Amino acid sequence: MTTLLAPARPRTAHAVVTASGLSRHYGEGETAVHALRNVSIEIEEARLTAIMGPSGSGKSTLMHTLAALDKPNEGSVTIDGQEITDLNDKQLTKLRREKIGFVFQFFNLLPMLTAEENILLPLSIAGKKADSDWLEELIETVGIGDRRNHRPSQLSGGQQQRVSIARALISKPSVLFADEPTGNLDSNTSRDVLSLLRHSVQELGQTTVMVTHDAQAAALADRILFLADGEIVKEVHGSTAAEVLAAMQEVSGR
Amino acid sequence: MTTVALKGLLGRKTRAILTALAIVLGAGMVSATFIFTDTLNKAFAGVFSNSYKQASVVVSGRRIVTDSATAPTVPASLLPKIKAIPGVEAASGEFLFDTVKLVRASGQTIAANGAPQFGFGVDTTDTRLNPLALVAGRWPSGGGEIAIGAATAAAEHYAVGDRIGAKGDGPVRHYTITGLIEIPGVSTGSATLAAFDVPTIQILLGKTGRFENIAVIGASGVSPSRLAEDIRPLLSDRETARTSAAQAKAAQKEITGATAILRYILLAFAGVALFVGAFVIFNTISMTVAQRTREFATLRTLGASRQQVLRSVLVESAVIGAVASVVGLALGFGLAKALNLLFKGLPQAGTVVAVRTVVLTMAVGTGVTLLAGLFPALRATRVPPISAVREGAVLVRGRFAGYKPYVAGVVIVLGLLAMAAGLFSGGGPSAVLVPAAAGMLLLFIGVAMISSHVVTPLIKVVGAPARRIGGPAGRLASANAGRNPSRTAATAAALMIGLALVTFVGVLAAGLERSTKDDLSRQVKSDYVVALDPGASSMYFDPASGPALAAVPGVTAVSSVHTDRARVLGASVTVNGIDPRTIGSVYAFPWKDGGDAALATLPHGAIVDSVWAKKHHLAVGSAVSIETSDGVTRTFLVRATYHPKFQAVFSGILIDQTDFDRTFPKPQSSYVFVNTASGVTPALTSALRRSVAGIGEAKVNGRSAWIATKTGSIKSTLDIFYGFLALSVIVSLFGMVNTLVLSVFERTREIGMLRAVGVSRRQLRRMIRHESIITALIGAALGLPLGVFLAAVLTRGMSKQGLSFHLPLLQLGIFTLVAIVAGVAAAVFPARRAGRLNVLAALQYE
Repeated sequence: MTTLLAPARPRTAHAVVTASGLSRHYGEGETAVHALRNVSIEIEEARLTAIMGPSGSGKSTLMHTLAALDKPNEGSVTIDGQEITDLNDKQLTKLRREKIGFVFQFFNLLPMLTAEENILLPLSIAGKKADSDWLEELIETVGIGDRRNHRPSQLSGGQQQRVSIARALISKPSVLFADEPTGNLDSNTSRDVLSLLRHSVQELGQTTVMVTHDAQAAALADRILFLADGEIVKEVHGSTAAEVLAAMQEVSGR
Repeated sequence: MTTVALKGLLGRKTRAILTALAIVLGAGMVSATFIFTDTLNKAFAGVFSNSYKQASVVVSGRRIVTDSATAPTVPASLLPKIKAIPGVEAASGEFLFDTVKLVRASGQTIAANGAPQFGFGVDTTDTRLNPLALVAGRWPSGGGEIAIGAATAAAEHYAVGDRIGAKGDGPVRHYTITGLIEIPGVSTGSATLAAFDVPTIQILLGKTGRFENIAVIGASGVSPSRLAEDIRPLLSDRETARTSAAQAKAAQKEITGATAILRYILLAFAGVALFVGAFVIFNTISMTVAQRTREFATLRTLGASRQQVLRSVLVESAVIGAVASVVGLALGFGLAKALNLLFKGLPQAGTVVAVRTVVLTMAVGTGVTLLAGLFPALRATRVPPISAVREGAVLVRGRFAGYKPYVAGVVIVLGLLAMAAGLFSGGGPSAVLVPAAAGMLLLFIGVAMISSHVVTPLIKVVGAPARRIGGPAGRLASANAGRNPSRTAATAAALMIGLALVTFVGVLAAGLERSTKDDLSRQVKSDYVVALDPGASSMYFDPASGPALAAVPGVTAVSSVHTDRARVLGASVTVNGIDPRTIGSVYAFPWKDGGDAALATLPHGAIVDSVWAKKHHLAVGSAVSIETSDGVTRTFLVRATYHPKFQAVFSGILIDQTDFDRTFPKPQSSYVFVNTASGVTPALTSALRRSVAGIGEAKVNGRSAWIATKTGSIKSTLDIFYGFLALSVIVSLFGMVNTLVLSVFERTREIGMLRAVGVSRRQLRRMIRHESIITALIGAALGLPLGVFLAAVLTRGMSKQGLSFHLPLLQLGIFTLVAIVAGVAAAVFPARRAGRLNVLAALQYE
């Protein structure tokens, strides 16, 4: 475990992802729905940033835009200093291979592949060779060593999400986006998954952005951004779950 | 990524197998066609080509007319002259593969079931020029001896020493069997063999002083082509000398020409099955892609490029196609054997599986699957990565989806234009068939494209019985069928193609039958018609039948027709010799220019087909020259013209029988019309039959019975067509099973919910069965009118030939029933699957 404790990245708090003046609306004119209104944020390196907000607040749209899954109507997004809002499909594919990792609410593992094969999938897609030390380290970290040859259907929800986190980490992305990573898990399993994410930030220096509506989850973050009506309305650092809940109440009540 | 695709395929085994089945039958038909026709070619090649192997040069008569009653011969006087040429080691006159029928003691001909009845006259002293081999006994020698095929001897219980009858063109003669023979290395099917020495067969065939061929063996060191050059100066322009290699090649070409037609017909059916299979595969892969939207999106978020997604879907198609082709190849081997049984009586040889057959089957099977999978694969590449995080993500509509009805319209119009271009091209069969077939395919694609728009209203109609009698299950089924109109439409479209073609053939055949019946009833007036037995091996029958029939008590009039082929204006044309005094009482001419009065002026004149006359700028008063197979040329004046009928008793040129018998070397009969005092009675029928029993392959029938045999042969051809088209209906059945299985899989949760609220297993099965029947009925509702339309178009195009249009309502009803049965059959497996779903597990299914 000692190797894991060594930080993988320097801990100078510089921004890995920056967004400025992001606006995203669906539809036109009077009936337009404004999901994001002039949002500017910076996601700092080796920090766990949580995005919270009531449903319809624009938190998912913000994450999709930061992760280049969706394009803003206005504003710009950079990852590692590279502008991503005007990339073509080929450049986006390269970006996803090199800079972005994803963890999904429904795990999105491929059912016909074993846990290990799922973990290695991003590398095999990119045509890269796996670093076996790194693979072993990840498998040990996520704790599925005895189940590496099992298929997703033979794994519990928590195990599946841990496999999916390992899959996101295998290519050492600049930033990991987690979309409601505990949304489909019970509270005990959620804790395991969250501590794994926390661990990867703390010990591996993995910059992570997490969208969640779970106060327990958000409480583990270094920084929590609260969204309402497409705007960042509050930002807190290092809170307890109770404080997060209170902040949520405040934001929702506005 | 390829591994992902292959593992994915393994994970969906049932689906992959069902998809593969759609192409297996088509690929099987392709391989069966080639295996069967290659084997047939080899067998025929064994029969004919081997005969010339030993000779260096073959001298034969030049063929002027095809299908003539008289095969070309060479004068026997050539033989000594050829033998005298330096460089000729040996030469002998021979008769190979002439027609000689074997006759039982009872006077009956030993039937060959349509297979040839071969007669040989061979030089038994020189085995090098004898294509036959002796199995038992000795070679015949002298006027009273014969050797017969060992297979025939076994089947008919003849042994060496027995007496047997044989018949050429004249009366039956009797011989003693001295030996049993075979063609080495070839099974001749049900063909009969009879061999004589050369003088004996000359008498039997009435060809004294002539040979069919002179086979020449050159001395060593003399090249065959040199030898042929040396022989040519001896020949008149009616004989040719060819090297045996050229002779074998020409024989082979004739055979492959005949099997090529059979090959094209069988390949057309294979093409239909593959076309339907392509629809099924397109539909199945489309559904699979739609279900895997999230998977593709996930792959994209993990960094997969569009090309990688495309490749992964195409790899799946390629593997399915390749596996299906391999299975198809094996199936083809079995199907080829079945075809062999269907066309029994043909010579047999060891099954030939050429490298070309394997390569072509693999390429066609895999190619069609890949092509059908291309469009869904392209759709898979358009799945945006964001679908990975959206729940219930649906496949995006393509950029051009809005234009689909217009594209469909254009495709339909193009199809109709191509069909019209073919039908009115006025060219040969390929100029008509190729654009017509291409147009038909385009029409099918166009209608299939547009069919998703008519599914909803169609369900209102064809779903009505389900809603009325099916209870809640029926109502749910009707609603389910309409849930995804494009999927229901694509599934129904596959069945539509098969049903449309079956209907097309059925309506066409009904018209054909009707026209045949009408045409023949209008033309033939006699009580009895004596015509060639449909199972006969020859093209004409013995003219002695006329007088024999006239001698039967109760017969009041007999009118014989003699027929042969002649060369007229550069082509082989049928020429009939009619008796102008009697023909009017038994036959009604469909006159165009002229009337029955023309018959009185017939001597030295001719009656011709008006369309043919127009094409060659002939009219009443024009002169027509005809050249017989013997090279005799005579000129006749056109006295009248007749309308060609779709089912004509006569075709070509009609001349006076006295002129005919003077002109043609060997007059043979095609018809004898008989009038009697008492009409058709069983006693008279058997008396007439007895009178011609020993004469030849003439068949006596009452007028209506004869017409029935003509329509009956249409029916039996139709049955073979139905059989082959059934293959494509079966292929579309796999498509229906596939769609239902996938629908059940997609609706797992919903089915669990239905079960939870009290729907019984039986009701669930009934729901799926009704949905399947509704889909099948949509296929019928589209396919039947389309088939009727296609048949109507073709009938219209051929109306000049007298083809009429007739709707066989009973058959159409049967086809609808077939569709319903297909629906029920397709639902069995998916319904059982749905019924077995565990309620709790289904509810939790995500």
